[in-house]
Amino acid sequence: MLLLEQLLNGLQYSALLFLLASGLTLIFGIMGVINLAHGAFYMVGAFSAAYTAVATGSFWLGGLAALAGSAFYGLVIETGIIRRLYNRDHLDQVLATLAVVFFTNELITLLFGRSPPAMPTPDWYNAFVEVLPGLMYPVSRLLFIAVGLLVALGMWLLINHTRLGMLIRAGADDHEMVGALGVNISRLYTLVFVFGCVLCGLAGFMAAPLLSVEIGMGEKVLITTFVVIVVGGVGSVRGALVGALLIGMVDSLGRAYVPPLLDQLLPAEVSGTLSAGLLSASAYIVMALVLLVRPRGLLPARA
Amino acid sequence: MKQTLNLAMLGAALASSLPALAQDPVRIGFITTLSTPAGYLGEDARDAFRLAMDQEGGKLGGVPVELVVEDDGLQPAKGKQIIDRMSLDGISLYTGVMFSNVLAAVVNGATQGDSFYISTNAAPSNLAGEQCKQNYFAASYQNDVPHEMAGVAANDLGYKKMVILAPNYQAGRDALAGFKRTFKGEVTEIYTKLNQLDFSVELARIRSLNPDAVFQFHPGGAGINFAKQYGGAGLSKTIPMVVPVFSMDERMLAATGNVAEGVNVVSGWNPQSDNPANQAFVKAFTEKYNRAPTMYAAQGYDTARLIGSALKATNGDLKNPDALRNALREARFDSVRGDFRFGSNQHAVIDWHLLKVQPGADGKLTEVPVKTIAKAQVDSYAAKCPL
Repeated sequence: MLLLEQLLNGLQYSALLFLLASGLTLIFGIMGVINLAHGAFYMVGAFSAAYTAVATGSFWLGGLAALAGSAFYGLVIETGIIRRLYNRDHLDQVLATLAVVFFTNELITLLFGRSPPAMPTPDWYNAFVEVLPGLMYPVSRLLFIAVGLLVALGMWLLINHTRLGMLIRAGADDHEMVGALGVNISRLYTLVFVFGCVLCGLAGFMAAPLLSVEIGMGEKVLITTFVVIVVGGVGSVRGALVGALLIGMVDSLGRAYVPPLLDQLLPAEVSGTLSAGLLSASAYIVMALVLLVRPRGLLPARA
Repeated sequence: MKQTLNLAMLGAALASSLPALAQDPVRIGFITTLSTPAGYLGEDARDAFRLAMDQEGGKLGGVPVELVVEDDGLQPAKGKQIIDRMSLDGISLYTGVMFSNVLAAVVNGATQGDSFYISTNAAPSNLAGEQCKQNYFAASYQNDVPHEMAGVAANDLGYKKMVILAPNYQAGRDALAGFKRTFKGEVTEIYTKLNQLDFSVELARIRSLNPDAVFQFHPGGAGINFAKQYGGAGLSKTIPMVVPVFSMDERMLAATGNVAEGVNVVSGWNPQSDNPANQAFVKAFTEKYNRAPTMYAAQGYDTARLIGSALKATNGDLKNPDALRNALREARFDSVRGDFRFGSNQHAVIDWHLLKVQPGADGKLTEVPVKTIAKAQVDSYAAKCPL
């Protein structure tokens, strides 16, 4: 029973990682931009959701605001800054997008202040569902898992069964050729970038009631997000899904079972620090192991 | 042209090297954390410090002061750079650091020679015991005390079996050690990751362990996450929490929402304490900044007024370190935390209170005082300090 609950917890964390990683990996895979500012859109989404929900009293309007806010901010940043970086080297991209991170943090501080806002939630959201006899699980977390699954399904359909998806796949392989065939590459890039930002906004909306809505919340999760896309294979959405599941599950199950296990095997003073150290590094250990066996990640974009 | 410029610069240099005249403001270096998610800690301390100055029209203890504020960004290396620059600039009185790791990088420079450091918050154990310094004062508390007091509060509340959690870094390990020092029951320790976002796994473990209560040390965003998810998992109704104020200050409470109701908070400052200094402070702070002060603000205000009392006694003369030190030790000011004195290791000796998160007069959740846990609590390291 506990195992099942921890598996659900792992799935929920995986869903958050997937929402962030899928956009990031698309942006890197298709446009070749290392976007350190990806977490900023997640923060913009969360702040938009919390403030709109407080102002209007409507949870769903908060969600709408998160999507609209992150899309709008994504559009501004892409046309204002990112667009100029496509043909620059990665160092320039890192510096410029890092500047966007600082800028966004300051902007949000100026607009909303430093106090983290509370996101109001409706009663049904705070309820519990009996998943199995005797296992009550919060609706909020089940919803999170469901959204993650829907987005994964939706992206699979989009990429494999639509014209836009075809262009995205083609653009990832050879954007010059696609451009030569008369496709407006610049508009395609903007579209992909904004789409990634909307996914961030969605993640921000889902996370706002569960996590603290604060300045810099994006940076905290961004490193793990990068680990996810490296494990999965840079540029691959399927890889992002597999990476998110792997990292999410290892993190949850590790936190659940490694400390009690080590407590039984080793004296208390050794096991405590050892398990804490192991868990802090778990994502990186997984990444190192995966890269040893598959240097390009588990499911690289182009085989 | 160039010559007049040189001459002007020479004049300026001469003027600045002259002994400070009575009307020259005393410059105070305020190194604190203003950016990062924890930026509100430094913001509160700084604003309260400025409030004390403004109330005297830019003076402290009748002596004109100038506050030089710099943001350390929660980076020890940056704190070190700031202190080096400030001391080259001739500042010899410092305060404001929020975090122990930054303080560790700053403290030597800030107490060198005739310089003084007065802590508004961080007060690590090494500076309270054998390595205490004659020019280092902690106007706040000693880091371990809030956690030790939480252990006492848990005993008083009758808890026998507890799960205690903290992130795996120095302050987290100190917190759990401090709690265990005074708690008499049985504990299960769980270390979380620093910057961990989701506590669902730990919460499931807590439910399966079914303790009488939970103690957790997670300052800032992590603490908000913890409390939100604790309530979201339905645990706040069945397993009470005892936390030091760092895990649930007034700003975190506002961000956590209704699920924080019932949390037991241990604090060295009681926002509703009816001592006149506190009443005036809370009123003035709320009016000026349009928000409720936190413990960090209360400590910042106390520090400002402590410095004011010492400046008054020494007439603003920083050139006589012995006189300044003695004046600081006497701490002749009305603390917003009630009875206040320094212990032999120059750390604040204050009363500790148990507060409970409950609806206040206006129906909004606030930290309502329940009782005093300990009066004039001396920290566990004072005896080892050779001062």
